[in-house]
Amino acid sequence: MTLLALHGVSCHFSMPGGRALKAVDGVDLAVEAGQTFALVGESGCGKSTLAKLVLGLERLHAGRIVFDGTDVADLDRSGRRRFRARVQAVFQDPYSSLNPRLRVGTILSEPLTARGERGRAVQARTAEVLELVGLPENAARLYPHEFSGGQRQRITIARALVPQPELIVLDEPVSALDVSIRAQILNLLQDLQNELSLSYLLIAHDLALVEHTSDRLGVMYLGEIVESGPSAEVFAEPRHPYTQALLAAVPRPDPGHPRASGHVTGEIATALDPPSGCRFHPRCPHVMEVCRSVSPAVHTRRDTEADGTNLVRCHLAAT
Amino acid sequence: MSEIAPAPLPGFGVGRAMRRVVGRGFPWIAASILLLVLVCALGSPLIAPHAPDAISLRDAMQPPVWQEGGTTRFLLGTDNLGRDILSRIIAGARISVTIAAYAIVLSGFIGALLGMAAGYFGGIVDAVISRLIDIQMSVPALPLAMLFAAVLPPGEAMVVIVIVLTYWTWYARIVRGEVLSLRERDYIALAKVAGVSTPMIFLRHLTPNILNIMLVLATLQFGSVIVFEAGLSFLGLGIQPPQVSWGGMLADGRNFIEVAWWLITVPGIAIMAACLASNLLGDWLRDTFDPMRRQL
Repeated sequence: MTLLALHGVSCHFSMPGGRALKAVDGVDLAVEAGQTFALVGESGCGKSTLAKLVLGLERLHAGRIVFDGTDVADLDRSGRRRFRARVQAVFQDPYSSLNPRLRVGTILSEPLTARGERGRAVQARTAEVLELVGLPENAARLYPHEFSGGQRQRITIARALVPQPELIVLDEPVSALDVSIRAQILNLLQDLQNELSLSYLLIAHDLALVEHTSDRLGVMYLGEIVESGPSAEVFAEPRHPYTQALLAAVPRPDPGHPRASGHVTGEIATALDPPSGCRFHPRCPHVMEVCRSVSPAVHTRRDTEADGTNLVRCHLAAT
Repeated sequence: MSEIAPAPLPGFGVGRAMRRVVGRGFPWIAASILLLVLVCALGSPLIAPHAPDAISLRDAMQPPVWQEGGTTRFLLGTDNLGRDILSRIIAGARISVTIAAYAIVLSGFIGALLGMAAGYFGGIVDAVISRLIDIQMSVPALPLAMLFAAVLPPGEAMVVIVIVLTYWTWYARIVRGEVLSLRERDYIALAKVAGVSTPMIFLRHLTPNILNIMLVLATLQFGSVIVFEAGLSFLGLGIQPPQVSWGGMLADGRNFIEVAWWLITVPGIAIMAACLASNLLGDWLRDTFDPMRRQL
């Protein structure tokens, strides 16, 4: 069952001079219930903007966001409030995610007090989520600065769990943490997913992390998804040159492992003025004449599957 | 070989917090002066040795106690109508502090609210409020006061209105800048995701984070307000007799400057001391709250 579906979602920012920055441009993706959809790409590709769109923090310019069969744009006030509870978020920086002047208990109860709940039930729920993320109950009485980075990220996860959501948007949830803490937090997220049958939209730039934690994968470049499909398949057989380059760039702890060909040079182009034709062509090692002028169509990654979720946006895939 | 003295242990909890507040370079003198002004203001009828408006022509123009001809009945001397200067200074403190309190609370509230709105909402709201600040800051305070003096009945309310109109921009500008950076914090975005309403975000997430800066501004403003109020009263635009104000005392004493130096010197020193003290305390607060300059 598809919990969250994005159809042709775009978000443009108007810049001085009347130009538009197309941060997200015509993205389709689907998050299955109980699964993890990972979105990868380098800085500036629009993945965080996409997260904000799903969370309702940025305005949609085109396309539809469908959650559990309902277009989010069609929701009335109370429907939106219920939707708020069903989709929560964990962000990258655990220091910026917690208001330094509020006690942890106040921070955790915020989603409940916002909808008018008070008293014992709120306290009970706070204690419950603290236990779920492995923090002692008395943490509620402390201030955020009394915790380490990893503990703070546990608190932000606890806060996301409070309203009993179905989908959690994880925007680089471990990038700001020490490597030794990352595994703990990732295991915690995995356990919570199994226990509470949560769905994750995981945004990351670290492919090594994504490989083991996601069911499906979408690779983003300059506001577009250039390749998507089941993680295992995409990792085993990347079709888009950009995906190939990203995978080749993952360091292997094996000195004998030959460095894969097709590495990419240069910087990501600006979304203010994307290259003509295929957006990746100035950096693509397999660039052809057609790539410079014609925007590639979306092809299915394999001939056998055509369910609209196993895609690659490249001229090479046409042949 | 001499013994190595153990390093002093750092304090903990309340002790350390107290030391941080009153320890390094706490401006004791400034704080004491401000405290004295506040005590005078709150307890003026009880403390003052005489009624501030008790006229006694027999006692007119008494010099202060330490000068030849001075008496202990009038420690700081008397004016041309025989009113006790000390009692009038104490009564004047009440007026100054009352006006400063109203002016600071009102201009702080209005300024903070508009500054928060400008910083948080941005766009057209920010444009309108920012232009309003620019316009207000380009209008000199004194002509504005004269305009109001012509339209409104002079007195405390008018003085407060003029001061609020002049000073709200202080708060608005600084709070706007602060909120511009605060609104990008993730906890604001997460509060929105949790469905927290905008007024609650203002109250819960913005206000506590700007209180430091508001306290510094308010302390600094206290000195300016006292000087400003004295200036207005000196020009006859502010507090009207028979009410006592430091500025009014200066204006009255001016005529007798050659025969009774204490008539303008004493209120002058009161104004200067109050203003200097609040500036010193404000500077210290700013340094203490500024994490870049804080040394633990």
